[in-house]
Amino acid sequence: MSEQASVQKETSMVLQKEMIAAHYKALEEAPQTGKKLVYTFVPGNLNELIRCFDNLLPVHPEINALQNAMRKRTGKMVTDAEKLGHSEDVCTYVKADIGMLRSGNIGPAGTKIPDPDLLLLSYTGCFTFMKWFELLREEYNAPVAMLHTPYQGDGMITDSMRAYVVKQLKEEVIPKLEKVSGEKFDIDKLRELMRRSRQAEDDLVAVLESARNRPSPIDAYFGAVYYIGPMFSAFRGLESSVEYYRALRQEVEWRVKQGKGPITPEGELGQERYRLVVEGPPNWTSFRDFWKMFYEEGAVVVASSYAKVGGLYDQGFRHDPDHPLESLADYCFGCYTNLNLPGRVALLTKYVKEYGADGFLINSIKSCNSFSAGQLLILREVEKRTGIAGGFIESDLVDPRYFSGANIKNRLESYLQMVEQKRKGAA
Amino acid sequence: MKLHVGIDLGSTTTKAVVMDGQTILGKGITNSRSNYDAACAIAQTEAFIDTRFSLLHQALERSAPGGLDVPAFLAQLEVNFRLQQFVNQLDYLAELAREEAGKVRFPKLREPLRERLDALFQGIAGDAEQIFQVGQAKRSEFFRDLAGSAYMRHAEALADPDGVSYDMLVNIYDKCIIRVENQVLDLAFESNIGTALERSLAAFPRLAGPERETIARAAHEAGEAVLDVVNSVGTGYGRARLPFPKEQIRSEILCHGLGAHYMYPHTATVLDIGGQDTKAIQVDAEGIVTSFQMNDRCAAGCGRYLGYIADELNMGVQELGPLAMQSEKSVRINSTCTVFAGAELRERLNNGERREDILRGLHRAIVLRAMSLLARSGGVEDEFTFTGGVANNEAAVAALRELIDENYGARTINISPNSIFTGAVGAGLFAQMSRAEPIPEPRKASQGATP
Repeated sequence: MSEQASVQKETSMVLQKEMIAAHYKALEEAPQTGKKLVYTFVPGNLNELIRCFDNLLPVHPEINALQNAMRKRTGKMVTDAEKLGHSEDVCTYVKADIGMLRSGNIGPAGTKIPDPDLLLLSYTGCFTFMKWFELLREEYNAPVAMLHTPYQGDGMITDSMRAYVVKQLKEEVIPKLEKVSGEKFDIDKLRELMRRSRQAEDDLVAVLESARNRPSPIDAYFGAVYYIGPMFSAFRGLESSVEYYRALRQEVEWRVKQGKGPITPEGELGQERYRLVVEGPPNWTSFRDFWKMFYEEGAVVVASSYAKVGGLYDQGFRHDPDHPLESLADYCFGCYTNLNLPGRVALLTKYVKEYGADGFLINSIKSCNSFSAGQLLILREVEKRTGIAGGFIESDLVDPRYFSGANIKNRLESYLQMVEQKRKGAA
Repeated sequence: MKLHVGIDLGSTTTKAVVMDGQTILGKGITNSRSNYDAACAIAQTEAFIDTRFSLLHQALERSAPGGLDVPAFLAQLEVNFRLQQFVNQLDYLAELAREEAGKVRFPKLREPLRERLDALFQGIAGDAEQIFQVGQAKRSEFFRDLAGSAYMRHAEALADPDGVSYDMLVNIYDKCIIRVENQVLDLAFESNIGTALERSLAAFPRLAGPERETIARAAHEAGEAVLDVVNSVGTGYGRARLPFPKEQIRSEILCHGLGAHYMYPHTATVLDIGGQDTKAIQVDAEGIVTSFQMNDRCAAGCGRYLGYIADELNMGVQELGPLAMQSEKSVRINSTCTVFAGAELRERLNNGERREDILRGLHRAIVLRAMSLLARSGGVEDEFTFTGGVANNEAAVAALRELIDENYGARTINISPNSIFTGAVGAGLFAQMSRAEPIPEPRKASQGATP
């Protein structure tokens, strides 16, 4: 790798690392600084709204769980939660969170995450979120602000849906944020944050869409996990995220110009042999091993639904400073898991076609209903509409017991060889 | 002779086939014994032995010496050949056992132990001719199983609770059998056919001198024929252990699809129940896989499960199917979990259920699990081909026929007597399809270990 590339690569990675470290430090120091903590979820997160209040800091339990899993800490957390009576089939993000909480709430950074002052339940696309915060409410005795996002059952957003969410923002969410922070809501501040969000969103979309190039300069699943990090979590609307996405976009555009493939943990990918669209979250406990199974075969993910779990920016959505509350509503509606099955099928089909994919793969998560329900139907439909063969593998989010390396490798290799064989047959 | 080899390193058994164009010349199988390197070498040796038998068969058919009943003669010859291989391995086992006897902790037991072992091995050698007879059904084809059951039987009779105990004898066996299995012994066609031939000719006393000479010459030529392997492809769980470049490794799903297509060209759906996984595969008119589903993490309802059940019942795995077929009613079994296999079984036995009825229920439970994978892969199309070791189990087949009929209606169901070799055949076909590149020299047939 040239010096320029390594310098460029470092810029965005270093920035992200610093942002995350600073955030966990701010959380740790909250009892001293007097900041209040708002626990909230990634899909449909109202980061700009929270960040309008100088006294508030967001905490994302799913991110704690997945970061802990990448550090191989969730096995015990999950079994600890099971000892407390949570069954084997419960979402393992929830169990990892409960397990972490019961052992001092030490977060992935190795520091204690203080108790929540508010549970902001942006209930978007996942019923489990509600049960999760019911548990946290019991554990912490913290107040809950509930934002109910209607499911896109008919595949569209109506005015009444939008009005319903805006009403909840005005009457339920904002008053509770004001109460916890002790600050008055300032809509102009929200507009300002949204202007910054927009800028970063444009850059993120450019990064994700760079995968249309051959070779793709990014991996839009394994690599995208890092790219979506700031946008889907605590940083959207902040200056730091604007900087991060500007730097990332420059790096990616440089890679496109150089005709380079994606960076993997073992360096730059050689030949791009397969272009895949992937549906479903990755496995976190064996993230590196899982990724390796792909790049060893020259398989690059060019589009994934997981990279849209915190917003469908590539489909045109942007936070709108001129209609701030309405655009928060639209943002919540548009998160991937809030789409109905026809919507998901249509999106994935579009990805296969637009990104010139020669494979479509589902990683079905054992303990995630909001993703897994209907995946076999999705598989068959996408196959039918695109004429390409689909593949199916199974794992879990953060329960290490449900990652069978040999089995997944076997299936993945079989699948890729099947794609290869079909290509040969067609040629 | 330009040949292609396909090797399937399964979790339970390792299979190899030798192909001449579209013809299967030889097949070999051995237990995988947690040592894929040895298993692979042995399966190949066996496949080359089988190939040489095929060549001999062809030669005898051509020359047809004096109205010889060629199939009957070859059946006799093969049995005698296997007997000879068995004796060679037994000799080695006996040698190791004597060596071990010299290491037991109490010196005064060493001599009595050796005496018992001598008697024991004489006993097994005496049994050998009984074990190897034309048309004789065996609990297993593998030396470990054949020698093991004879050894235990004699050990029980010879053991003396106050001196050389049964445990002591079993301990010796356990220590030695692994070494025998992993030792490279000369079991090749060329080295063992002579003795087998003599014995076989003795069984056909009416053959005249010149005819005997013709047969001997044909056998010699079959042993000397140069088998030139142009390309090999490996598949199966242990495929990563093969000393092949990546291009010569294929997933067993693709191999099973292509192998099934070779055996039955109208195949549209394939079910493979192997040792530790079950695969439902859809193939196109060329035998290329279009969709598949496979069991996830656990091996519930796979061949290994039947293995555990057989152990629990103290039976050979090949005996389960026939016993289940004697059932009069099916007992409902809910779990096909391999770990709980014993518990599930004992519970039913404690409830007073008959073994055959429980076994029928178990087979149905296995097939029900496979049915779910089939549904997920796209259903059961016509024709349907059932492959893998479990396809040899008549009770599993009966349950499958019933459930396919119930769920999908009439389907042509193909089961080849060679179903266990389907993956290896697919690999052999891929070996022909892929451009032949120089490969590591195949292990010489004469260097095989124990079958």
